[in-house]
Amino acid sequence: MTRFSAWNVLWQGITGQKGWTRQWRDPEPKSHYDVILVGGGLHGLATAYYLSKNHGVRSIAVLEKGWIGGGNAGRNTTIVRSNYTRPGNREFYEHSLTLWEELSHELNYNVMFSQRSHIALLHSPGAIDAAARGYNTMRLTGTPDAEIWDLDRLQQEVPHLNYASGARFPIMGAAVQKRAGTARHDAVAWGYARAADTRGVDIIQNCAVTGVERNGGRITALETSRGRITAGKVGFAVAGNTSRLWNMAGLGGLPIESHKLQAFVSEPLKPLLDQVVVFGMGGAHFYISQSDKGGMVFGGDLDWYKSYAQRGNLPIVQDVAEAAMSVMPCLGRVKLLRHWAGVVDMSMDGTHFICKTPLDNLYLNAGWNYGGFKATPAAGWWFADLIANGRPAPMIGNFDLKRFERGLQIDERGAGADPKLHG
Amino acid sequence: MIWITCPFCGPRDHAEFSYGGDGSIQYPALDAPVQDWHDAVFLRANICGVQTETWQHVHGCRMWLKVVRDTMTHEIHSVTPAHPGLAAVLEAEA
Repeated sequence: MTRFSAWNVLWQGITGQKGWTRQWRDPEPKSHYDVILVGGGLHGLATAYYLSKNHGVRSIAVLEKGWIGGGNAGRNTTIVRSNYTRPGNREFYEHSLTLWEELSHELNYNVMFSQRSHIALLHSPGAIDAAARGYNTMRLTGTPDAEIWDLDRLQQEVPHLNYASGARFPIMGAAVQKRAGTARHDAVAWGYARAADTRGVDIIQNCAVTGVERNGGRITALETSRGRITAGKVGFAVAGNTSRLWNMAGLGGLPIESHKLQAFVSEPLKPLLDQVVVFGMGGAHFYISQSDKGGMVFGGDLDWYKSYAQRGNLPIVQDVAEAAMSVMPCLGRVKLLRHWAGVVDMSMDGTHFICKTPLDNLYLNAGWNYGGFKATPAAGWWFADLIANGRPAPMIGNFDLKRFERGLQIDERGAGADPKLHG
Repeated sequence: MIWITCPFCGPRDHAEFSYGGDGSIQYPALDAPVQDWHDAVFLRANICGVQTETWQHVHGCRMWLKVVRDTMTHEIHSVTPAHPGLAAVLEAEA
């Protein structure tokens, strides 16, 4: 694998781009691995990378039923932020953001991380007070870039929002995280895959797990569409389909429901929006940014009922379009290029799981709700730490399945034990 | 687009309905062990395939319904008024 550098780009440029080699191998599965990660999405790939780099694990496989980056890795709206206020969440996502800041160098792959600011619009004095409380909490707990903008400042920075005083929900200000932004989702998958592969990780695509072989409290092997593979340790990182694998392992219920979430991209436009803008008011939910290619990338609420189907429904298309028109009326004549849906693990309190399981050598990474993309580096980092050491580090101590039994819910929205409400 | 045939109103667009959740959950007795309540409130089978679930016809008759639906294909197998147990509980509390 050729390293990317200014010299190599120049050299390949003058020699006809003939010298590049493939970015990662396409190995046949071996009969045994010390660690098998199920799920070749961002979290599985990142976990494999950090298992090798931070913990020196040599024999690792990532099994992916389709192709890497083809599930939720390729279906999100690429927003990275750490504006959380609950203990546990805020430290975790801030750690993730600091990893994002160095990720392109770390992976020798340009993930196009753009810290363009995340601007959450506020529409009432009460909302401004609540946001000030939350963002002050962030400033006091290690996230220094949290700000509240008044209307004048907001109008200067983002001039073409709907500032009409007669709007149903007039804009009164914004809560802003300046180090937040977006990244190129495919590049994150490819960057981690390439870096992990370079360290000897076998990335095995088109390899679906079809059965879990158990011997009492341990997993001995996984049945896959490409044969039986024995494992020392197994990690599940298959958000959206966690319950299906959990079922194969014979483990009963989970505090998770699978729901689908749509996203949209418009035809490419000239530069229009420099930041990530979020609108959440009166039952509406909308977030938008502009990709480097020019497409407006946006999304809204869940499709309101449980589903494993990776296709969206039309009422939500209408709902999101209405929200778009109320925030940025200038988008009215822009054509929609594509829309799609991904299946997400919605958890009972809106927070994820990185934890041990009832089986000795099975570890779980699941329940990411809307937020798995931004969590990628830290999720990989701490899931690798958990698998390598067999115990949760304090950072992820409360991200376990038993927290509900302890009466603890890390419920950022305060919505209660109903998965569909944690959007 | 999904059509849900409400037993009271007839076939309607699913946009008229709100989703409740897993309709197979049996809540334990009030004095049941905490673990039973934990399991009923927090754990889900999260079936990929045919499951029983609750919907409410919020923009119609406002009745709660029990719907048997495939969570992968969205095919609806049956729609009936919500679990009679709910009525029994309400009656017992009254």
